[in-house]
Amino acid sequence: MSGNMGLLTVFVLAVFVGFEVVSKVSTTLHTPLMSGANAIHGVILVGAILVTGHAEGAVSITLGLIAIVLATVNMVGGFVVTDRMLEMFKGKKS
Amino acid sequence: MTKQTVIDLAYLVAAACFILALKGLSSPKSARNGNRIGAFGAILAVVTVLFSGGLEHLPLILGAIVLGSAAAVPASRQVPMTAMPQLVALFNGVGGGAAAIVAYLEVPETGGGFPLIASLFTMIVGSISFSGSVVTFLKLQEVMTTRPVVLPGHAVLFGGSLVGALALAGVTFAQGGDNHASTLAAIAVVVLSLAAGALFVLPVGGADVPIVISLLNAFTGLTVAASGYVLDNVLLLIAGTLVGASGTILTRLMATAMGRPITATLFGAIRGGSSAGATSVGGDRPVRSASPDDVAILLNYATKVIVVPGYGLAVAQAQHTVRELADLLAARDVEVLYGIHPVAGRMPGHMNVLLAEANIPYEQLKEMDEVNPQFATTDVVLVIGANDVVNPAARQPGTPISGMPILDVDQAQNVIFLKRSMRPGFAGIDNELLYQPNTTLLFGDAKDSLTKVVASLKAL
Repeated sequence: MSGNMGLLTVFVLAVFVGFEVVSKVSTTLHTPLMSGANAIHGVILVGAILVTGHAEGAVSITLGLIAIVLATVNMVGGFVVTDRMLEMFKGKKS
Repeated sequence: MTKQTVIDLAYLVAAACFILALKGLSSPKSARNGNRIGAFGAILAVVTVLFSGGLEHLPLILGAIVLGSAAAVPASRQVPMTAMPQLVALFNGVGGGAAAIVAYLEVPETGGGFPLIASLFTMIVGSISFSGSVVTFLKLQEVMTTRPVVLPGHAVLFGGSLVGALALAGVTFAQGGDNHASTLAAIAVVVLSLAAGALFVLPVGGADVPIVISLLNAFTGLTVAASGYVLDNVLLLIAGTLVGASGTILTRLMATAMGRPITATLFGAIRGGSSAGATSVGGDRPVRSASPDDVAILLNYATKVIVVPGYGLAVAQAQHTVRELADLLAARDVEVLYGIHPVAGRMPGHMNVLLAEANIPYEQLKEMDEVNPQFATTDVVLVIGANDVVNPAARQPGTPISGMPILDVDQAQNVIFLKRSMRPGFAGIDNELLYQPNTTLLFGDAKDSLTKVVASLKAL
């Protein structure tokens, strides 16, 4: 498959996987779902690192570094907050 | 194996981790492990890209990552649970901002065509997500008013900034993205999109915030997916798409729970529809108020009690007191359940997190469909800081909340409202339920009132 067709295939399949997996999430966990999904889109950090690593000129590098800081806050903060939330969901037994 | 194969495999593993993280959320038991798997996937992805080679400025990059982590970890560890909605909004916003910056830097590199279109899309939507989330954060943090803010000519300003951003994106595209004119147009696109994002969220008030948060979450997901396409990175594409799907599903669920189309929620205030019908008729009608002692007695002789929490519970931070009360009642063989309306609170599932913080077992939290048939056999319903989600006006046509599914608390033997005042709920309409003969009002701060009820219950 050529690049574009391959990416399109991945995208369409990911849409189905996403809807399938998320529609099974229990209502109780909607807040952690949002915050967990939030953390996952923090993976834009990978994009920010790639772009900054190839950036030239002070302005571009600075912007890239800002993007890295923002994306790191998104990713690290997202996972930590989600963990804190989930820590509280205990069943009757524990 | 070539180095590229190893890199691609690592990204694939990371993508699988993200799917497992979401899958773990199907049950509270597997959720925490799932989240850790997701975090592992994220770390794997970052380590992979750092070792993928060909990157310059590595020390600066590492420094920025350390700086970001140093800011995020203490913030997310120390923020009180009541501040979760704004923190989630803020994290969502910075992600959108990062995506917009990445797209802006990519614009001159794309060489036109679909990648350039995708970059421009990410710049617009990412900027909207950033400024929209920041305004949401400011509202929830109560730095600014939580009421809808409608500027003069709001619809024109919003539409104008959006159309302007699209038109200038067209200019950037026509210029090919890699010259001076393109850059200027691209900067203007970002500025106009930021304005559009703020104008988009300003008219949205308290009760509609959960919808906005999940919609902006979906937006950021889509920008990350588009970035994956631009950067030819499958991991970003998959991760972004997953988030887009989850945000879309949540938004749709919230909108259904509000009983009106999403457009009505988002643009209602601009059109002057949603809260304009604020009437406070019957301000002098008689209501029955009671003392904490009366409430304690009523609860003591009940066999089944349902607690209906709302945003007021979060504001008063009364969740631990609720738990104390429920424990006392359980010790007296009173069955205690919690009726959770899908849009109670300020984000999807807000009440669930709040009650979980007080160690209330999630098995006792019942969704609307599950709890509604039970009200008829319930002795006492305690409505704590909720209003619109139990307002029978939703069953009649012609009110701002008409058509919204509600909790049928009026079918219970007794209804006790813990309220600060007779002020109507966010929708600004009077609640008939307050004047019903089986309704009792307990005025005051929810936490104070509950503490008093607990004290009198102990004395009984």
